[in-house]
Amino acid sequence: MKYVVRKIITLIITLVFVSGLTFFAFNVVPGDPALVMLGTNASPQKLENLREELGLNQSLVKRYISWSGNFVKGDMGKSIRFSQPVKNLIVSRIPVTFSLALMSLLLIVAISIPLGVYSAKKEGTFIDVIISTTSQISRSIPSFFMGIILILIFGIILQFFSPGKYVDYNQDIVEFFLYLICPSLAIAIPNIATLVKFLRAGVLSEMSKDYVRTAYSKGNKENSVLYNHILKNAIITIITLMGMIISEILAGSLIIEQLFGLPGIGSLLIMSVSTRDFPLIQALVLYIAFIVIFINFLVDILYQIIDPRIRVR
Amino acid sequence: MKKRNNWNLIVGYVLTGFIILLMLIDVFCAPYNPDKMNVAERFQAPNIRHLLGTDNFGRDIFSRIISGIKTTFFVAISTVAFGTFFGVIFGGIAGYIGGWIDEIIMRVNDAILAFPGIILALVIVTVLGQGKYQIVLALGIIFVPSFSRITRSEFLQLKDQEFVKSAKVFGANPLRIMFVHILPNTYPALLSAITIGFSNAVLSESSLSFLGFGVKPPEPSLGRMLSEAQGYLFNAPWYAITTGIVIVITVLGFNFISEGIRKVYER
Repeated sequence: MKYVVRKIITLIITLVFVSGLTFFAFNVVPGDPALVMLGTNASPQKLENLREELGLNQSLVKRYISWSGNFVKGDMGKSIRFSQPVKNLIVSRIPVTFSLALMSLLLIVAISIPLGVYSAKKEGTFIDVIISTTSQISRSIPSFFMGIILILIFGIILQFFSPGKYVDYNQDIVEFFLYLICPSLAIAIPNIATLVKFLRAGVLSEMSKDYVRTAYSKGNKENSVLYNHILKNAIITIITLMGMIISEILAGSLIIEQLFGLPGIGSLLIMSVSTRDFPLIQALVLYIAFIVIFINFLVDILYQIIDPRIRVR
Repeated sequence: MKKRNNWNLIVGYVLTGFIILLMLIDVFCAPYNPDKMNVAERFQAPNIRHLLGTDNFGRDIFSRIISGIKTTFFVAISTVAFGTFFGVIFGGIAGYIGGWIDEIIMRVNDAILAFPGIILALVIVTVLGQGKYQIVLALGIIFVPSFSRITRSEFLQLKDQEFVKSAKVFGANPLRIMFVHILPNTYPALLSAITIGFSNAVLSESSLSFLGFGVKPPEPSLGRMLSEAQGYLFNAPWYAITTGIVIVITVLGFNFISEGIRKVYER
C-alpha cells in the first residue's frame, strides 16, 4: 500500500515537472503571441486588449498557476488556429487514436507471444533463423516506410482498401475498424519484432532453469511445459516492456495517422506544431504526458500484482 | 581452435560499406545535380540513364538519394556524439558519486525516457525552429538518457574493483579516476550502445523529416523525400521504394554491426 502511495506522489511530481517545463518552454519563445494572432497591422490598442485577455501581462508563475488550474478543471484553453476550445478538439479525436492504439496493442500481443515462444522452441533451426532475420529487418524499417509498403501491397496491388477513404466511426463502425487494420499493422510490425526478440531470449533463458527440468522429468509433454510454466514468466517480460511499447505505439500513431490521414490526436499535434498554435501544443503535450505517465503507473502496479516476488521492497 | 566467422559483423560491414560507398559517389562524381529539374523526363522508371528513375520534377532519384545520405550521416553522427558526450558525463557522475546527485540524474533520465521521443523532439523543434543543427540538438537531448543509463550501470559495477582502489591509494583525484581509469573499461558496452544509437538516430531523423520538421529544404533528406514520394505511389512507386530501402539498409547495417560487437564481447 505504501508503494502505491509513493508511486502516486511520483506521478504527480512528474506531471507538474512536465507541465511546468512545457509551459516555460513555450512562453520564452521570442515573438509576441498577440502580434502573431492579430497580424502586424493591428492597432496598439487592440494588441493591448488581446494581451490583457490572454493574460500575457501577468508574471510567468501566475500564468502557469492559472493555466494549470484551468486545465485540471477541464478548460484546456482555446486553440488559436481552430478557434475552438482545445477540449472539444481532443474529445472528438480521441476515439480514433484510442482505437488505433488498442488494435495495435492487440495485434502486437496476439502475434508476438506465439511467435516468440515458437522461435525459442525451435532454437537454432532454419525456422528460427528465418524468424530472427525477419524480425531484425522489421526493426530496421521506419514506421512510415512500413506504412507505405502496406499501402503499396494492400492498397495498390491487392486493392483491399484505398488509403484516404477514411470512414468516420459515427457513420459506419465496421468500415471504420476495417480501415484501421492497415495502420495498426504498420505500427504493430516493428514492435512485434522487438517483442519477439525479447520473448525469445526470455523463454530461452527460462528453459535452462531447474524447474523446467523438473517438469520434464515428471513426464510433462514439451508443449504443456511451455505453455503452463514458461508462458507465465514470458508475460512478465511483456509487462516489463509494456511501458516502452505504449510509448512506441503513441509515437508510431503520430506518424501513421499523418500517413493514412486519420483524424486523431497525433495528426492534431502535428498540425498544431506546423501552425505554431501554442495553446494547443501545450495542452496536447501535457495530455499525452499524462497518458504516458498514467499508463506507466498502471503497468508498475500490475507488475506488483503479478509477480509477488517484487512486492517486498 | 577453429575461428568462427562473426556473421553479424561481416554483414554489417558490407551493408554499411555499401552506404558509405554511395555517399562517396555523391562527394566525387554524382551522376546528376540532385536539384536539376527536367520536366521532360519526369516519372521515368529505372533505366540506364537514370539508375533509379526520376521523380515528379524530372530530378534523378539516384543522385537525390545519395545526396540525402550525406545529411542523414551528418545528423546521425552529430546526434550520437552529443548524446554520448553528455551521457557519459552524467552517467559517470551519477554512477561514481552516487547519493542524491545520482537520484536526481536518474529521475530526470526516467522522465525523458518515458516519453515518446518524437513528441519531445517536436516540442524542441517548435521552440527552436527547424534546421540541421536544431534537429541535432533535439535528438541529442533525447539520446542522452540512454547513454547515461548505460554508463552509470557500468560505473557502478566497476567502481568497487581493485584497480580503482589502488588508484585511490595512489592519490588520484576522482575526476582522473573516472575518466582515465574507469571509462576505458566501459568501452565495450558503450560501443554497442553507440552503434545502436546510430541506427536509432537515422530512424528518428528520417521520421522527423517525414513529418516535415526535419532539415530545412533545400537540404536533402531521405525522410522528406519519402513524404514527397508518398503522393506519387501510383505513378512512380520506385521513388518511395528505393528511398525507403536505402534507409532500411543503413539502419540494418548498423544493427548488424552492433549485434556483432555484442557477440564479440559476450564471450
